[in-house]
Amino acid sequence: MRPTPALDVRGLRVTLPGTARPVLDGVDLTVGAGETVALVGESGSGKSIASRSALRLLPTGGVAEGEVRVAGEDVLTMDAARLRQVRAGTVAMVFQDPCAAVNPLRRIGDFLTEGVTLAGTMSPARAAARAVELLGAVGLDGSVLRKYPGQVSGGMLQRVVIAAALMGDPVLLMADEPTTALDVTSQAEVIAVLATLRERFGTGLLFVTHDLDLAAAISDRVYVMYAGRIAESGPAEALFARPRHPYTAALLASTPRMEGPRGRLAAIDGQPPDLREPLRGCAFAARCPLATEVCDERAPLPSPAPGRPDHTAACHHSDLLEGSAVDA
Amino acid sequence: MTAVLTRRPGLSRIRATGSPLHLVCLALAALVAVAAVLAPWVVPHDPNAVDLGNALAGPSAEHPLGMDAAGRDTLSRLLLGARTSLLGPLGVVVFSTVAGIAVGMAAAWRGGWLDSVLSRSTELVFAFPGMLLAILIISVHGEGLLAPVIALALAYLPYVSRLTRSLVLAERARPYVSAYRVQGHSALQICLRHVLPNIAPVVLAQSTINFGYALMDLAGLSFLGLGVPALTPDWGRMVFDGQTAIQAGYPLSAVLPCVFIVLTVVAFNVVGERWADRVSRRAR
Amino acid sequence: MNFVRFAARRVAEMAATLLVASFVVFGAMYLAPGSPASFLLAGRSASPEALASINAQYHLDDPFLVRYFRWLGDVLQGDFGRSITYRTDVSRLLADRLPVTLFLIAMALAVVVVVGLLLGRIAAVRGGTTDSAILVTTTFAVGTPSFVAAVLLQGLFAVRLGWFPSSGGGDGLGDMLWHLTLPAIALALYLVGMLARVTRSAMLEALDSEHVTVARSRGVPERQVIRRHVFRNSLGTVLTTGGLIVSTLLVCTILVETAFSIGGIGQLLELSTTTKDFPTVQAISLIIVALFMIVNLIVDLLLPLVDPRVTLGSREAAV
Repeated sequence: MRPTPALDVRGLRVTLPGTARPVLDGVDLTVGAGETVALVGESGSGKSIASRSALRLLPTGGVAEGEVRVAGEDVLTMDAARLRQVRAGTVAMVFQDPCAAVNPLRRIGDFLTEGVTLAGTMSPARAAARAVELLGAVGLDGSVLRKYPGQVSGGMLQRVVIAAALMGDPVLLMADEPTTALDVTSQAEVIAVLATLRERFGTGLLFVTHDLDLAAAISDRVYVMYAGRIAESGPAEALFARPRHPYTAALLASTPRMEGPRGRLAAIDGQPPDLREPLRGCAFAARCPLATEVCDERAPLPSPAPGRPDHTAACHHSDLLEGSAVDA
Repeated sequence: MTAVLTRRPGLSRIRATGSPLHLVCLALAALVAVAAVLAPWVVPHDPNAVDLGNALAGPSAEHPLGMDAAGRDTLSRLLLGARTSLLGPLGVVVFSTVAGIAVGMAAAWRGGWLDSVLSRSTELVFAFPGMLLAILIISVHGEGLLAPVIALALAYLPYVSRLTRSLVLAERARPYVSAYRVQGHSALQICLRHVLPNIAPVVLAQSTINFGYALMDLAGLSFLGLGVPALTPDWGRMVFDGQTAIQAGYPLSAVLPCVFIVLTVVAFNVVGERWADRVSRRAR
Repeated sequence: MNFVRFAARRVAEMAATLLVASFVVFGAMYLAPGSPASFLLAGRSASPEALASINAQYHLDDPFLVRYFRWLGDVLQGDFGRSITYRTDVSRLLADRLPVTLFLIAMALAVVVVVGLLLGRIAAVRGGTTDSAILVTTTFAVGTPSFVAAVLLQGLFAVRLGWFPSSGGGDGLGDMLWHLTLPAIALALYLVGMLARVTRSAMLEALDSEHVTVARSRGVPERQVIRRHVFRNSLGTVLTTGGLIVSTLLVCTILVETAFSIGGIGQLLELSTTTKDFPTVQAISLIIVALFMIVNLIVDLLLPLVDPRVTLGSREAAV
């Protein structure tokens, strides 16, 4: 029997008022215990909403259907008291911009301990001790506890946010573009800290990013998201070496890289589908070079590659891509 | 990222519930203005005709809103009072708006000493509430409508000029201004023909709100007996006169001008705030 | 260190503004038609003693600037000259009448802070129809001048119902509270509306910020989120209205004291304006302006305690 996954999302569908199609449409996603998974997609693809649903943080007016199990428990149906405990312990999130995520008017020490102490899962004394321990783990010392967020740099503050996320000893850690708001040197530091800590504490990590190279470097498995649906998922090497969805292929072709053939970068023509327009067939059909009639008629279901059950793609024509390389 | 999802729940609520209130207020403001303009032709009685025998009489066919403590017709005084009560604030708003725009524009465009003098004097005027400045000037000049109107206009001027200054500074940074400059248009020309029309809605919306404040201040001065001359019908003065009626247990002649003052101020505030809200959202 | 520099700069700025304000108050009498002496006598008989006393106070034989500075020197020593109407020292008049005014203002301030913050907080947190109801109520509150509120409250609660006295300031603590309840409510009404609106919008803005979502995502109970992250963060904005609140209270107390015949400095200002008792007008104007500036200074000095970014900003600018 396999251990309970840290996060198991089944058929998640989120609808918002005033939109013609769901922002998330039948998302399936799993993060195994101790596994690192990347969720890749461009702005507006729904990757942030998908990850936030693990904390039941839905946008105003949003309605979620399906299952979001964290360590076996469905967060969408649990009562408010249990939800607070889960948020303070089982799941934690590192947000994009540390300067916005931390209240500028409260001391850093207060930020670190408030979740666990106010949800009642840890005594103030134990929380304080753990805060110092975790600050050490992210390479900071206890002196920042008395400081205000405005007194430390963005990179340091993001490390504080990471330490704060680990306060409740979570089973699942999520990072929503944790480096986008930082300068280049801090970015590398933060990624290194995240990777080290994940290993040390054995948490599952869901890494949300639009950066393919970063996803490839850090993760075991990758999910590619487009217009609220999972386009492709699979082991990181397989997915990047042999993409089975035209969108993944196009993304890879549009990413500049140092090694490999020097060629023109292929921008993807067109725009992602508008939330105000209903979708009938495949979401990518309008921009896809392989699209045929069937793509406009029917939404493709995820299907595994021949002989590789863990590599799935939602495309009617994924066979045409088989074997094609990055520079296709 | 999640830009699609960012919402301002507070604002949307104002929009949803404010709209009937806003229409009512717009109608009310218009009605009061029309009443003020037409008053001399529609008043049923001479506002100063005294009929002591009928003092504090209740509503009747002859006097639909009753009489005040001195035996004067309340309806006539209310209608004619609208004139003085609106004319004063109008003077304050027109003067402070015109002068405020001129000063603010000059300060923003020129910068330098003019700008620092402006910001210093703004500080000073914040410390001198309009009403206090008016009282100080009245104590020197004597009662009357002109002195308080000038005093309040002076007190309101920095609010307008400060707003104008920040708007003009933002406007001046936009590329079209330098384009016109390159083409050899003079600063004055650019200001009057291009910058002014762009900033006018925001300033005028603020001035509409200021109208309500000026009305409150001037009515207050009349209430103190420092504004309009004693016999001129005026709402603030009517509240003062009505105090004796209240003590005597016949509150109608005091309550009515109170109601008119509150409704007019509320109407102008709501219309002005709604307008300001709309233009600021359009600018974003 | 940092804070000291910040404070010193604010104090110096206040002193400069106050100096200019005193110049305005002093200079105002030269706007009057006729000679200063005849203006100050305000049509009263110009007995030699009266002329001499005015000369002693205003040094009318000296050049203008010298006159101003001599007057200012006297004022700084607490000597505001003699009241022409009351034939006594203005400072005596003020000492008699200031306590009841300050008491009234303190009562009104308490009402403003408690009710205003509470209404704003409820409106922001509850939303929906509660919010709309509070919004409409505060719209009317900010549209009601204090003298209108005073006259209406007086008519209803003092004359019609007889629950409160309709005039006077009362003697002794209990009596004063009883006498000043209606005036304090009349004085507070407009500001309750204003403060509720400021609090509401500041809290809504704070409610929108990312760190509130983050706190919720970490299991902080909603009540604590509101207290620690929303209400706390709106306090800076609320505090900056402190100066405006106090200056409005000081000005509106003129109207309310007149309406309720309370013998405070507000009523004294009204009386001395009608009787052209200029030294008294000058003194009260100066006191109102000075009180306002002192409150503003206190607000400015408190602000760094409420919002650490205030002095942090000036530090970064200094480095």
